[in-house]
Amino acid sequence: MSDAPLVEIQDLSFGYSSARQILSDVTLSVPRGKVVALMGGSGCGKTTLLRLIGGQVRPDRGYVKVAGEVIHELDQAGLYRMRRRMGMLFQFGALFTDMSVFENIAFQMREHTDLPEDAIRDLVLMKLNAVGLRGAAELMPSELSGGMARRVALARAVALDPMLVMYDEPFAGLDPISLGVVGQLIRRSNDALGATSVVVTHDVQQSLHIVDYVYLMADGRIVAQGTPDEMRASTHPTVHQFIHGEADGPVAFHYPAGDYAAALGIMHG
Amino acid sequence: MAERGSIATVGAFTLGAIRRLGQATLFLGQVLRHSGTSLTRPALTVREIYFAGALSLIIIMVSGLFVGMVLALQGYDTLQTYGSEEKLGVLVALSLVRELGPVVSALLFASRAGSAITAEIGLMKATEQIVAMDMMAVHPVARVVAPRFWGAVLSMPLLAALFSAMGIFGAYIVGVRLLGVDVGAFWAQMQAAVDFEQDILNGVIKSAVFGVGIAAVATFEGFDAPPTAEGVSRATTRTVVHSSLLVLALDLVLTGFMMRMWGE
Amino acid sequence: MNSRALEFWVGLFVLIGFASLLFLALKVGNLGVGGATTEYTVTALFNNIGGLKVRAPVRSAGVTVGRVTAVDFDTKGYQAKVTLNIDSTYQFPKDTSASILTTGVLGENYVGLEAGGDDAMLVSGDQITITQSAVVLEQVIGRFLYDKAQSPGGK
Repeated sequence: MSDAPLVEIQDLSFGYSSARQILSDVTLSVPRGKVVALMGGSGCGKTTLLRLIGGQVRPDRGYVKVAGEVIHELDQAGLYRMRRRMGMLFQFGALFTDMSVFENIAFQMREHTDLPEDAIRDLVLMKLNAVGLRGAAELMPSELSGGMARRVALARAVALDPMLVMYDEPFAGLDPISLGVVGQLIRRSNDALGATSVVVTHDVQQSLHIVDYVYLMADGRIVAQGTPDEMRASTHPTVHQFIHGEADGPVAFHYPAGDYAAALGIMHG
Repeated sequence: MAERGSIATVGAFTLGAIRRLGQATLFLGQVLRHSGTSLTRPALTVREIYFAGALSLIIIMVSGLFVGMVLALQGYDTLQTYGSEEKLGVLVALSLVRELGPVVSALLFASRAGSAITAEIGLMKATEQIVAMDMMAVHPVARVVAPRFWGAVLSMPLLAALFSAMGIFGAYIVGVRLLGVDVGAFWAQMQAAVDFEQDILNGVIKSAVFGVGIAAVATFEGFDAPPTAEGVSRATTRTVVHSSLLVLALDLVLTGFMMRMWGE
Repeated sequence: MNSRALEFWVGLFVLIGFASLLFLALKVGNLGVGGATTEYTVTALFNNIGGLKVRAPVRSAGVTVGRVTAVDFDTKGYQAKVTLNIDSTYQFPKDTSASILTTGVLGENYVGLEAGGDDAMLVSGDQITITQSAVVLEQVIGRFLYDKAQSPGGK
């Protein structure tokens, strides 16, 4: 059992409408215990892929299998059973604004377990200590800085020691120090919990430090994959452009448009 | 062609309105199906009664008092031309208990608590809290929507009763204390004319129905709001407008229905 | 806000709400305390009830002693059958007469009871036999004009 990958995605296609295809024939796998990055420019379908793994949307074709179960074939109860073993860090934290930091972390414990109050207290303080915010337990989310909120959200994502943790843009909008802290936390919590992690990001440098394997996406397809070292050394033009942050290349600077001169009304000849 | 275009606009508007009504009804059904959590964990509902009901206490009490005082002033002015000032208590009590209490308190409740419910749920959706909860295998309708729905439904009849009571008290101050209507006549005439079942109980039933209407509109608009700042603010406005209209329409239907029952 | 304070405010709110309901029921409405008032039901037949409505008061010597609970049409005698609920504290003789009166000139109709001299008292289910119908203003005016036209002095 343990040698099969935790997440298997096969020929996955998805579009919110038939005209706009978000994902086309994506195939990838996430081995147990590893941290895998899904990289790509904005709007390439990375976040949608996470939604498909979490069962929030149904694929048009293909399937997502987590721990041997096809996600879109589960009923509501089965899906909720599966989601209890998943943790997710949302791009903007999505902390519950009407609850304190403590209650945010305790939320799933209160909802899903019958643990006594002092056990919940100990668990929450342990989770908060792991992200260095035990002292902020009684603060409200509105009183936190962006980096602190991200760390609280991270602690909440792993509150129930999930088997699979998904991170949606964990590095977006953080200062360089918080950036390093969050990166280390992702790696550490993955290894400490024996979990498997999927990190969706466009922050190349940060993620290459902490992940085991990289899938590079563009226009809803996987265009390249490999270990961080392979990616750095790659001569693939898209990979090269992305890793080195060049403005133009296979991923065009211009959104597809008609002839520029014609649009400006300049006649040829 | 112009008429065709405008007729098509009316058609599109009508279809849109019917579709929304259908969605709202389905949503109400969903809320009722997922109400178990609100019952097994009353603390969730108690919290929402606080936000919907207890925080509306002041506005309801003050408005009720003022409406009662104005009714007494106006009623006295008219009644004294017929020499029947002692009927002031009857006039005020029947107006309040049958109509003004349930309707005005429902309108105030729609703008005070209904809009707050919509804004709260809408913002939770806009900041991905609803999706996050769903991803934590906690049903957002059961955990977020149903307690707010029941909190509002349970608060409404109590607020309406409070509004009427404060109004009658206000009328007592103005009528008896200031204008000199006889105390005995004021209360006795009122008690002789106001029937418990047909006036007071029907008023309570009305306000309970209004509570369901407002709570359904407010939670639906919040849950259905586009997840943007603009979407939430529009949904909040829609809640106030639609639930106020709904209250007035329901009042007409219920009053007609109750009047027919009296006639027999 | 901690949960005790929240529970306190909700408790206060619920208490105030129920106190208001109780106030409406007891002080404003006519819900007797614990059903202490019992009533008995009698009927009366009238040729014409005018504008008498259900829930109209029943008065004797100006005091409200009961209430009209039903107005039916008796198909045998082609008369109006009015059901009166009278407070048990007020007992009336068997030969009490009932008439339909009006408060003021244009006020609402009510049933007036005039006590007779019988020793036996009315009990539930009895029928008041001596009745006087409503004075219908249109008929009075009509008769007045008719009389005026008939009388020789009117010419």
